[in-house]
Amino acid sequence: MFSDFDFNVIWRSLPYLFEQGMTFTLTLTVIATIGGLILGTFVALMRLSSNVALSTFAASYVNLMRSLPLVLVIFLFYFLMPYIGQWIMRADQPVQVGAYSSTIITFTLFEAAYFSEIMRAGIQSIPRGQVMAGYAIGLNYREVMRHVVLPQAFRNMLPVIFTQTIVLFQDTSLVYVLSITDFLGAASKVAQRDGRLTEMYLFAAVVYFTICFTASFFVKRLQKRISIIR
Amino acid sequence: MAQPLHGLLTRALAAGGYVNYNWNWGIFWEQTPEATGTYFSTLMSGLGVTIMLALCAWTIAFVIGSFIGIIRTLPSKWPVRLGNAYIEMFRNIPLLVQLFIWFFVVPELLPQELGAWVKQLRNGPFYTAMIGLGLYMSSRVATQVSAGINSLPKGQRMAGTAIGLTTVQTYRYILLPLAYRVIFPPLTSEFLNTIKNTAVALTIGVLELTARARSMQEFSFQVFEAFTAATVIYLALSAVVTIGMRYAEQRLVIPGFNGGKA
Repeated sequence: MFSDFDFNVIWRSLPYLFEQGMTFTLTLTVIATIGGLILGTFVALMRLSSNVALSTFAASYVNLMRSLPLVLVIFLFYFLMPYIGQWIMRADQPVQVGAYSSTIITFTLFEAAYFSEIMRAGIQSIPRGQVMAGYAIGLNYREVMRHVVLPQAFRNMLPVIFTQTIVLFQDTSLVYVLSITDFLGAASKVAQRDGRLTEMYLFAAVVYFTICFTASFFVKRLQKRISIIR
Repeated sequence: MAQPLHGLLTRALAAGGYVNYNWNWGIFWEQTPEATGTYFSTLMSGLGVTIMLALCAWTIAFVIGSFIGIIRTLPSKWPVRLGNAYIEMFRNIPLLVQLFIWFFVVPELLPQELGAWVKQLRNGPFYTAMIGLGLYMSSRVATQVSAGINSLPKGQRMAGTAIGLTTVQTYRYILLPLAYRVIFPPLTSEFLNTIKNTAVALTIGVLELTARARSMQEFSFQVFEAFTAATVIYLALSAVVTIGMRYAEQRLVIPGFNGGKA
């Protein structure tokens, strides 16, 4: 079965796969995680706010993003972004947004919806008494959130946030639909050029598996440590 | 349809002098260049494929996921390890990579004649997506099933043993009927995930809803209309499933478990 395997093709393309492919995959993962987390926290605060307009807006945004397939959202933003850019910058014609920047914006906005649900659960896990105590010692809303609620919410949710990041890392492979050279895209390009689909796709699977398995192993350990303290 | 509204919008935007997009909501009733019907009918056939694929994949996911989920809760060690390995395997590889392996790699590894037969299959991509997506989701279903069984009070299993039931009987008559009702809500959201994940199948050539919207955009250049339609259809689909499941949930919820009123 493996007799006509050409492991050499993997060896030859390693620099391309990792220097170009994996670099973009990781860049996208890191930016979307950090951006999504910050944006998601604001969306969560909006959703929990007593202002009906704000909370309705946040809830609609989250529900919309969570009901759509990521592939559709990637296409949607890729084709709409030039027009939105044109509208924002008041340009005469659609603004050129490259596939790379388009996916970074898409993933950040898309993940914000998922992170906001995590942060909402985190914020709600903090007893109301802490918020009241914060107000009682004279802090205002911003200070209560900044110094009392969010640090704890963030810490409680850390394992879930990392798990979501692993999911996000896997989902970045979907940028393939825009022919971007992420890790899978690079593997796929080599595979098609050299006619070595079997080797390249199996190798890609092994790499994704190793990374995600190791990462989730550490997340599980972290979860145990955190749950003991609580 | 919505003619006055979009006319207004176009004029409002055009008044700003910075939009030259030609709205045409009538596009849905125009023929596609492939002459296979109107754009609306191609979108609907895409929706049909999406639903079929989701249902078929869900059946596989549910059956295999239940099996794996159950063996993970058995008293002996090896089934548990096997189940855990299965879950890690399918959960740590991206769905897209799994689909590529099923589509490009597996036929090569099969014996020659069988591989050739698989490649010739008429609806090959659909069946491949069905199996790939089904197995991918089965690992998630398995996690839920195990969690459901483990969430039941220990006394249930002990009581089963005490009245002389075998392990199979304990599962069949005591644990599973309770567990499935407890995990109904998370299973609903896994089903919704299955529907969303069908979109990934466009990469191996399944003409489901997103693929249809994409080709409509390519042929007609009506970006907004094509993707708005797909968005609305996905939203409607998930709304229908959510409402239906919520109704079923009310009838299935067990008093005293998971928010069911005692």
